[in-house]
Amino acid sequence: MMSEFADILSWIALTVGAFFTVVGALGFYRMPDVYTRMHTAGVIDTVGAGLLLLGMILQAGFSLVSLKLLVLLALFFFFSPAATHALSRAALHAGIEPILHEPEANENERR
Amino acid sequence: MFYTAIFAVLVALALAVARSLKGPTVFDRALAGNTIGTLAILLLALIGFATGRPEFLDIGITYGLLNLIGTLAVLKFFRFGDIGHDDEEEQST
Repeated sequence: MMSEFADILSWIALTVGAFFTVVGALGFYRMPDVYTRMHTAGVIDTVGAGLLLLGMILQAGFSLVSLKLLVLLALFFFFSPAATHALSRAALHAGIEPILHEPEANENERR
Repeated sequence: MFYTAIFAVLVALALAVARSLKGPTVFDRALAGNTIGTLAILLLALIGFATGRPEFLDIGITYGLLNLIGTLAVLKFFRFGDIGHDDEEEQST
């Protein structure tokens, strides 16, 4: 009974995580400049990876494997903001201007 | 159900690779490299679970540790033209 509940929960987490991974990658491909692309790459790094790893933790149960998955989760949560910060700082230093106004006749969605 | 997630990660990987080939600036490519690394870790973990061999997670952790270092090294190289540089140089810029 309990394991079936965890099974269903992990199935939901894996599906939603897969959905957010695809959405983040789609935004990563379609966004207009480098800063907005960092924003959508953050969707993959937080929600997508977080939910996929959570689903795998629920599947693995209480074991060494889930500890390794937790280490991976902590790695994502500390390293992905560090890398994004370094990237945006380097891009600003290189003189790339962020898009601050809505370009006319453009259908970019606000996510 | 692992195969659904594997398929989704593969689609995301294809989009990230397309962006890294297309990206106008070097920062787009560096960001795409970082994202490809993240997706590769997820793919490793998912394939390990799908085939019942979770030992792949160790490789994933190693890859995650190298991913940040690689991104920072690429950024530093394109900012200073060199991976090792003096601190005074950074202060003056």
